Amino acid sequence: MTYLILVYEFFKIGLFAIGGGSATLPFLMNLTEKYDWFTATQLTDLVAISESTPGPLGVNMATFAGYHAAGIPGAILATLSLVFPSVVIILIIAKFLENFSKNQTVQSIFYGIRPAVAGLIAVAVYELLRISLIVMQNGKTSLRIPVAIMCLVVLVLLQVKQLKKLHPGIWLLGAAIVGVVLRL
Amino acid sequence: MNVYVELFLSFAKIGILTFGGGLAMLPMLKYELVYKREWVTEDEILNYYAVGQCTPGVIAVNVATFIGHKKAGIVGGIIGTLGMITPSVILITILATILTNIMDQPIVASALVGIRGVVCALLINTVYILAKASIEDIWCGIIFVIVILAGFFLQLPSVAIVIISGILGVLIQKFLKKGEINR
Repeated sequence: MTYLILVYEFFKIGLFAIGGGSATLPFLMNLTEKYDWFTATQLTDLVAISESTPGPLGVNMATFAGYHAAGIPGAILATLSLVFPSVVIILIIAKFLENFSKNQTVQSIFYGIRPAVAGLIAVAVYELLRISLIVMQNGKTSLRIPVAIMCLVVLVLLQVKQLKKLHPGIWLLGAAIVGVVLRL
Repeated sequence: MNVYVELFLSFAKIGILTFGGGLAMLPMLKYELVYKREWVTEDEILNYYAVGQCTPGVIAVNVATFIGHKKAGIVGGIIGTLGMITPSVILITILATILTNIMDQPIVASALVGIRGVVCALLINTVYILAKASIEDIWCGIIFVIVILAGFFLQLPSVAIVIISGILGVLIQKFLKKGEINR
């Protein structure tokens, strides 16, 4: 049964996550609320792993999420379900490509969808930040200072022109080393 | 070499050599498919990207489907896609197996504290870049803000938001902007 639900959920993500890999994030966030396949904290780790391994981000996240939900068959099923709708749609579009992207209605639809997707991702990111940065213990909330400082430092460094194009894996590796050396 | 085998191997190679997917893959695709194999032209690749960006699914996969289709029809499209995703699936599955077992080690836990901080920063940066690129005018800004508010106060499924915003896009262009698209 888990397999069927997995196929259904990832098929839906593949059909509605428009704008590439990070657009799957809000949908994966929804999954953490609906099923106990993986937690939101695991989702953060999942983003880190997907960013620092080869291959498309969306595919990596689906494989990882599917594995957490139902082992190796889950990983394969989730990934295939994710790409299935887009393969069908692209094969149809490939037949009349020229007209598709120039079509006025198609352009209008995406004019509306693009900012909405940015908004959806913003909300999902906010949730992930809340989970990564804030701890609840004995009814008291407190900030995870090491994570917050690390985040701020990197955010500032990311605005430096020469560092902008640096591969995310390098940041993640550097952060892992700092974490281990300082025993965070 | 059989054309299907060649398609599968080329995309598997591109898949395993690109980190980050999407745009990060463009230079690799150009080198491998435009210059080395001459399967497609540079212009064609950019067209595929344009369409890939506004159709559902992972952009890298969309582009693989397009090129595979151009080279060897529908079966080609499917084989190209499978080539693109196979290395990721294998690699990530192996990683996931190892990671679940070592996640609780203290040294890994320390590393994860640092890593989570960087992920937060990378995500904030992604949102900023996406918002900047997608908000073309005041109407897009309004959609962006409404979606964020809806995300916090209403529990609307993401699917509904994508559909509604697509309809809004058409209505805005039709009645408020009289179809003057500036892209």
